[in-house]
Amino acid sequence: MEGVIQLQRQLVEYRTSLYNEGFLDDQFIQLQQLQDESNPDFVVEVVSLFFEDSQRLLNELTKALHQQSSDFKRLDAHVHQLKGSSSSIGAQRVQKVCIAFRHYCDEQNTEG
Amino acid sequence: MECNGFNSPRSDTFPAGLRVLVVDDDPTWLKILEKMLKKCSYEVTTCGLAREALDLLRERKDGFDIVISDVNMPDMDGFKLLENMGLEMDLPVIMMSVDGETSRVMKGVQHGACDYLLKPIRMKELRNIWQHVFRKRVHEVRDIESHDGFEEIQIMRNVSDQYDDIYLHNGGDLTSGKKRKDVENKLDNKDFEVGPKKILDLMNVPWLTRENVASHLQKYRLYLCRLQKENDIKASFGGIKQADLSPKHTAGKFGLHNSINIQQDDAANGHFGTSDNKIPPHNIDHKIHEAELKGIVSMSMTKPKKAQIVNIPEPQKLSSSGTGLSHSWGSLEPDPKYAAFDSTLTMQYSWRDIQYQEYKPHLQLENSFRHLPLPAIQNHIQVNTLRPVPSTNTIPFNKERDKPSPVEIQPSGAKCRSQQIRQVAPTGNAFDLLSAQSESCMTNFHTSSPPASATFSMKNQGIDRISVTDLESNKGNLIQEIGAAFACIDEDLTASCFQGDCCSINLGFQNIAEVSPYLYDALKFDYENPCDSLEYPVIIDQGLFIA
Repeated sequence: MEGVIQLQRQLVEYRTSLYNEGFLDDQFIQLQQLQDESNPDFVVEVVSLFFEDSQRLLNELTKALHQQSSDFKRLDAHVHQLKGSSSSIGAQRVQKVCIAFRHYCDEQNTEG
Repeated sequence: MECNGFNSPRSDTFPAGLRVLVVDDDPTWLKILEKMLKKCSYEVTTCGLAREALDLLRERKDGFDIVISDVNMPDMDGFKLLENMGLEMDLPVIMMSVDGETSRVMKGVQHGACDYLLKPIRMKELRNIWQHVFRKRVHEVRDIESHDGFEEIQIMRNVSDQYDDIYLHNGGDLTSGKKRKDVENKLDNKDFEVGPKKILDLMNVPWLTRENVASHLQKYRLYLCRLQKENDIKASFGGIKQADLSPKHTAGKFGLHNSINIQQDDAANGHFGTSDNKIPPHNIDHKIHEAELKGIVSMSMTKPKKAQIVNIPEPQKLSSSGTGLSHSWGSLEPDPKYAAFDSTLTMQYSWRDIQYQEYKPHLQLENSFRHLPLPAIQNHIQVNTLRPVPSTNTIPFNKERDKPSPVEIQPSGAKCRSQQIRQVAPTGNAFDLLSAQSESCMTNFHTSSPPASATFSMKNQGIDRISVTDLESNKGNLIQEIGAAFACIDEDLTASCFQGDCCSINLGFQNIAEVSPYLYDALKFDYENPCDSLEYPVIIDQGLFIA
C-alpha cells in the first residue's frame, strides 16, 4: 500500500511539474475529467493513440526533411497535423514547437 | 435510431440523445470528441474520412442531427464537405480546426457552417451545439408555417428522398438530396416544366404546402446565388432570374411569412431586372388598400416589384402618389434571407438609387417593411404609412445622400401622403415596424449603399427635434430611433438606434438613411410641409401617432 501511495504521489508531482514547465496545459485536465468509471483507461488510450499518430507523423517529417529539396508544403501539412494532435491531449510544448516549425516552413528555412 | 427520426425519443429529452456525426482524420481527436459528446449524452458516430461521412449521411438521411467536421482533411476539403452536407441534407454543420484565423472562420461561415470551433475543443463548447439543431428546426418551422414543424421537416426530408430517383436522370449539378430544389432550380433555368405546384402534387404529401417547397427552393437559390456571385458579378442576374421565378411562388403562398419572403424575392427581381415588369403597379396599390389588415405584407411585397418596374424605366416620373407606393416597393430588398446574396443586394441598391432620386422614400419605407416579416397587422399599418410617402421620395436616399433631399419633395405627393398618413394614423405600430423594417432593410442594404452620413445626420437632427416636440413617447422613440438610425450611418449607433427589435438589425447604415427619408415624407404629409426635410420627422411623428 505504501508503495502505491508513493507511486501515486510521484505521479502527481510529475504531472504538476509537467504543467509548470509548460509541457501540458488545460486540455490535459479536460481529458482527465473525461475519464470516468465507464472508461477508466481513457487517458491512457488517448495518449497512446497520440503517440502512435505522432510517431507516424514524425517519421514522415524525417523522411521529408532528409530529401534534397524539402517539400515545405508537405512538411507544413504534417506539422499542422502534429499540431492538431498535440493540442488534443494538451501537449503544449509540442504544439508551440510545431508553430515555430511552421514559421520556418513558411520561410523555407531548412536550418530551422 | 435513424429510422424513426420523426418521433424519436430525443425530442422529449432534448438535447440529450442528439445524433452527432464526427468527421476528422486525426484518430486522437476522434476518440476525444467521441468521449466528450458521450458525456453530453449525445449519440456519437465517428468517421475518419470525408467520403465515408457523406456516404453515411446519404445512407441514413435522418440519421443525424448535426455534423462536426474538421477543416483540413486529406481526401476532401472540409469546406467542400460542409457545403455538400448543408445542401444535400440541410444539416447544421460545425467546423473545427486548430487554425483560428479570421479568414478561415469567415470561409467557414460563408460555406454555411453553423459554428466554427477552435481546437483544442472544450467540453462546454460541445455542450452548446444542440442550439444549432434547435435553431434550424425553429427556422424550418417558421418557413414552413406549419403547425407541426418537426414533422414537416421530417416529411420534407422524406420527400427529398422520394425524388432522388425522379431527378437522378436530370443530373445536372444538383445532388440527390434536395430534389425539390432541383426541380425548382430547373424551373429557374426554364429547362423543365416543373414548378413548386407540380412538385407538391407529385409529392402528394398532405401536409406539405407550397410554402415548404418554396422555402427549400429559396434555400437552394441562396446557395446558387452564392456560387454565382463567386463566379461572376453578372451571375447575379442569374440569381435574379431565379428571383423572377419567385413571383410564381408568391402567387401560391398565403402565409404572411412566405409571401414576405417571396415578395422580397420578387422585389429583388424587380431590382435587377428593370425588364421584369411583372406586376402592374396599380393592382398592387389597390390591393394594399384592401388588404390592409391581411395581406398587406404580401401586397407590399408585390408592390415593390411593380414599383421597380415602373421606376426603372421612368425614375423621374413616379410622381403619382398612387403608384408611388408600389414603385417604392420595388426597390425593397428581399427578405433578409437574401442578404446573403451580395450580388442581389448590390443590384437592388443600384436600382434603388436610381429610383430614389425620384421617389425613393416610398420605396425605402416599403422596402424596410418588406424585409421584416413583421406581423400582419403591423405590416398593414406600415403600408399605409408608406403610401403617403410617394412623392417625397425625392429624398435622396442612396444617390443623393450628399444632399438633404427634402426640398425636392413634390407637393402633390405630399398631399397624397398626408391623406394616407391620416389613414395610417390609426395603425400606430407602423413606425415601429418601419423602423424595424428599415433596420432590416438596412442590414440588407448596408452592403451596397454608400453611406450618406452627412445628409442623414441632418435628418436625424430634424427628426429628433420634431419627435421630441410632437410625438408621444412611443413615437418620439421611434423618431429618435430613426434619427439615431441615421446617425448610425456613421457606423456607430446602429445598435443603439432602435429599441428592442431594431437593434438586432444594426447593419444598414444606408438603409437607415434610406428609410428615414421615407419617414420624413410620411411626417411631412401630416403637416403638409413637403418642403422642409426637417419637417419630415414631424410627419413621421404623425405617422407614429397613428401607430
